[in-house]
Amino acid sequence: MNDRLLDFAIRYGFLILLIGLIVYFSLAAPGFFGPLSAAFVLQSVAITGILALGVTCTLVVGGFDLSIGAVATSALMLSAYSMVILEHPTPVAVMLCLGMGALVGFINGVLIVKFRVPDLLATLGMMFLLIGLQRIPTQGNSIAAGMMLPDGSVAEGTFSAAFLWLGRHRFDVVIDRLLPMPVVIFVAIAVLIWLFLGFTRHGRLMYAIGSNARAAALVGTPVNRYKIAAYMISGVTASIGGILLAARLGRGDIASGNNLLLDSVAAALIGFAVLGVARPNAFGTAIGALFVGILLQGMTMMNAPYYTQDFVKGAVLVAALVFTFYLSSRRTGTGH
Amino acid sequence: MAGDALKVNGLQKSFGKNHVLRQIDLTLSPGSVTVLMGANGAGKSTLVKVICGHHRADGGTMTLAGSAFEPTDAADAIRKGVVTVHQSIDDGVIPDLDVANNLMLDSLVDRGHGLFVRERHLRAEAAKVAAAMGIDVNLRARVSDLAVADRQMIAIARAMARAPKVLILDEPTSSLSATEADRLFALIDRLRDQGVAILYISHRMSDIRRIADRIVVMRDGAISGVFDTDPLDYEAAVTAMLGHRMTDVDVAVQSGTKPVLELHDLQLFPNATPINLAAHDGEVVALVGLLGSGKSRLAEILFGITRPAQGQIRINGTGYAPRSVEDAIAQGVFMSPKDRGTNAVIPAFDIADNMTLPFLQGLSIGSFLRARQQRSRAQEMVHQLGIVCQSVGDGIDTLSGGNQQKVMIARWLLEPAKVLLLDEPFQGVDIGARRDIGHHIRASAPGRTTLVFLAEIDEALELADRIIVMNEGAIVGEHANQNIDLAALVADISGAKPIATGTAT
Repeated sequence: MNDRLLDFAIRYGFLILLIGLIVYFSLAAPGFFGPLSAAFVLQSVAITGILALGVTCTLVVGGFDLSIGAVATSALMLSAYSMVILEHPTPVAVMLCLGMGALVGFINGVLIVKFRVPDLLATLGMMFLLIGLQRIPTQGNSIAAGMMLPDGSVAEGTFSAAFLWLGRHRFDVVIDRLLPMPVVIFVAIAVLIWLFLGFTRHGRLMYAIGSNARAAALVGTPVNRYKIAAYMISGVTASIGGILLAARLGRGDIASGNNLLLDSVAAALIGFAVLGVARPNAFGTAIGALFVGILLQGMTMMNAPYYTQDFVKGAVLVAALVFTFYLSSRRTGTGH
Repeated sequence: MAGDALKVNGLQKSFGKNHVLRQIDLTLSPGSVTVLMGANGAGKSTLVKVICGHHRADGGTMTLAGSAFEPTDAADAIRKGVVTVHQSIDDGVIPDLDVANNLMLDSLVDRGHGLFVRERHLRAEAAKVAAAMGIDVNLRARVSDLAVADRQMIAIARAMARAPKVLILDEPTSSLSATEADRLFALIDRLRDQGVAILYISHRMSDIRRIADRIVVMRDGAISGVFDTDPLDYEAAVTAMLGHRMTDVDVAVQSGTKPVLELHDLQLFPNATPINLAAHDGEVVALVGLLGSGKSRLAEILFGITRPAQGQIRINGTGYAPRSVEDAIAQGVFMSPKDRGTNAVIPAFDIADNMTLPFLQGLSIGSFLRARQQRSRAQEMVHQLGIVCQSVGDGIDTLSGGNQQKVMIARWLLEPAKVLLLDEPFQGVDIGARRDIGHHIRASAPGRTTLVFLAEIDEALELADRIIVMNEGAIVGEHANQNIDLAALVADISGAKPIATGTAT
C-alpha cells in the first residue's frame, strides 16, 4: 500500500502540484484565470522553453550544453548585424542564425567526441568564446536602426516587418490578437522533439547512449554521430530562441538574454520530475518551463516583488531535483 | 602449527530460496596457503564475502585465533585481522595519488595522525613498507601510471600494513601476465614465512601448482574435496571441481557442414603466432583459455572493434575485414559481449527495448518505431528462452542476473547471424539459466557458426561440439567434445605443453 502511494506520488505528484497551483492562484488572484493571463504565461516561457528543449536532447545522450544562452544571444546579435548593418533580407538573416547555431553545436560535439573534452568544460569554453565574439563586430555596442557605425556613417538597414512578425505577431484565438508567434513555434518544437525522442529509433538510441554508451556502441550504434547531432539540435534550437528574442525586442541588445541559460537548464531539470521518469524528456521539459512561468505569473499578480523571482525558481528546481533523485531511488531501492 | 588462524564451522547462507552455502567447514592455519577452487557459481565469492563481513551468515560459527568471530561489517573484519584483497584491483588503490600516499593511506585516515601531512616522514614510512614487502617502484609515481601487477602489489601491501592474521586474495592473478604473477607469488611466499594464514581463490592451475599448500574445492555451495597430502593431487582436485555435472548434459556432437568462418594466418598481436581456424555451419566451437590468452582479442577482431596485426578472415568464402561494429553487424557477425553490466545492459530501458536495440531499424517505419511489433518480437523471445518476467515492459534491472543474461543473448538471436560470437555467456548466471541458454544456443545453431569464448572448462563441455584451447595469442590444442581427455585439456589450458604453431581445422 505504502509502495503504491509512493509510486503514485512520484508519477503524478508534480502534475497535481501544478494543477493545485493553478487553482490556488485562480482563487487568490483575480484575473489570473483567463486567456490573456494564459497567453502572457506562455509568452514568458516560450523562448526559455525552446532552449530547454534543445538542452534536453544533450541531456538525453548523457551530455550537457552550457553554451545555449550564449548561442541565443549570438543569434540575437547576428540577426541584428545582418539586417541593420549588412542590410540582408529576412530569410538570409534567419538562415545565417540557424547555420551559426548548427555550426556551434557541431564544434561542441567534435570537441567532446573527438578531442575528449568533458561536456561541461567544452560548452563552458564555447559559451565564453561566443559572449566575447558577439561583441567584437560592434565594438561592444548594441545594434539599433540608425546607429552610428565606427567609420562615422549611419547604419541604413532596419529590422524588416517580416522579421519582426516572427516575434510580435499575435494570432486571433478566442479573443483578437491573443496568441503570440513565439508560443506557436515553442509548441511546434516541443511536439517535434517529443516525437523524435520518444517515438523514433534515433531517439531510442540516444537514450541508450545516455544510459550506457559502451553497450550502445557494442550493438552498432554510431555513438559519436548521435552525440554530435544532439549538440547540433541544441545549437539550432538555441539560435531559434535568439531569433525570436531579436524579433520581439527589435534591436540587437547586448545585455538581453542574461537569464536564458539558467532558466532553460532549470526547466529541463525540473522536467526530470514530471511523471516521475527521472530522466530527460521533452514533455517534462515543456511542463517544467510552464510550471516556472505559472508560478512567477501568479506571484507577480499577488504583488510579490520582482527580485524574489530567482529565489523562487531556485527553490522549485531544488525541490524537483530532490523529488527526482531521492524519491526515485527510494522506489527502486525498496526491494533491498 | 600452533592452533588455527580461522576456523569456519557449518556455515550457511541463502539468498531467498537459493541456498548458496551449505554446511561449509574450513580451517586456515598460520603460515600456509590454502587454495580455494570452484567453478563459477560454486559459492566461492559468497564464502569470501561472509568471512570478510560483507554478508552475515545465516547459520554456523567462525572462530578467529580461538575466539568467536562475527564481523558486523567489512571494517570490523579488518580491525579484527581478516583482510581481503578483492578481484577488482582498483578498489584497493587510489589511482590519482602516488605510491607513497597509497601505501600510507590508512595512517592518513587515522584520527591520531594530526592535521598536516609530514611529507618527508610519510615518504620514509612508505619506503619502509615498500622495502618490507619487496616492492621496487618509484614511490613518487602515480598509481594510475603503474602496471597492473604493481598496483596489485600495492593493494596487498596496504592490506599487510594492518598486520592481518588472515589474508584473503580473490583471484589476484586474473589480470596479471605470467611474469607479473611470479612477483606476486614471491610476495605471497614472504607473507607465508611471516606466519600469515592465506586463503587464495583461483582456478588457474599454474597458480595453484606454484603456491598451494592445501587445496579446498567447492561445488554447488558445498566443500567437495580437501587435498593436503604431499604431493597435492591436482587431477583429483579438478575432477572434484567439475564433479559429475558435465555428464548431466549430453552434447550430441555435430561436426557441422560447410565452413562459414575461416581464419588464415591471423595474427592477434604483432609477433604473435599466426592462427588458422575453420568454423562450420551448425557447429558450436568453444574457445577456452585463461585471461590474456588472446580469446577476447580474437572476439574483438571478429566484431570490428580492433584490427588484426596480420592475416585474413573469410566468411562463406569472401573476405571479411570489418571497419566498425556497425559494419560487422551489417555483414551478419553478431557478438554478445562479456560483463553485461558494463557492455550490454541499458539500465534505463525495459526488456523489449533492451532486446531489440540492435535491430530497431527493421522494427520501424521511416524512423518511427513500431512499438507493438517491437513488443511482440520481444515476447516471442521471452517465451522461447523462458525469461521469467511479468511483461516485456518490465525494467531490465528488475530481473535476476540469469534472466538479464537471457535477454542479452536473445538480443542477438532476433535476426539470423552468419557468425555468432558469445563472450562469456554464462557470466554471473545460475545453473538453471545456464542450461536454458546453452540449450537454446545449440538448438538454434544450424544456419550459422557459433563461437563461444569461455574461461571455464565445464561450461565448454556442456555446450560445444569442439573445444579449442588458446594460450598467449595462439591455438595450442583442439579437442572434439567426445570421450574427451580431461587431463590433456587441462594441461593445454594451464600451458604445460610448449606452444607449437597452432593449427586447427
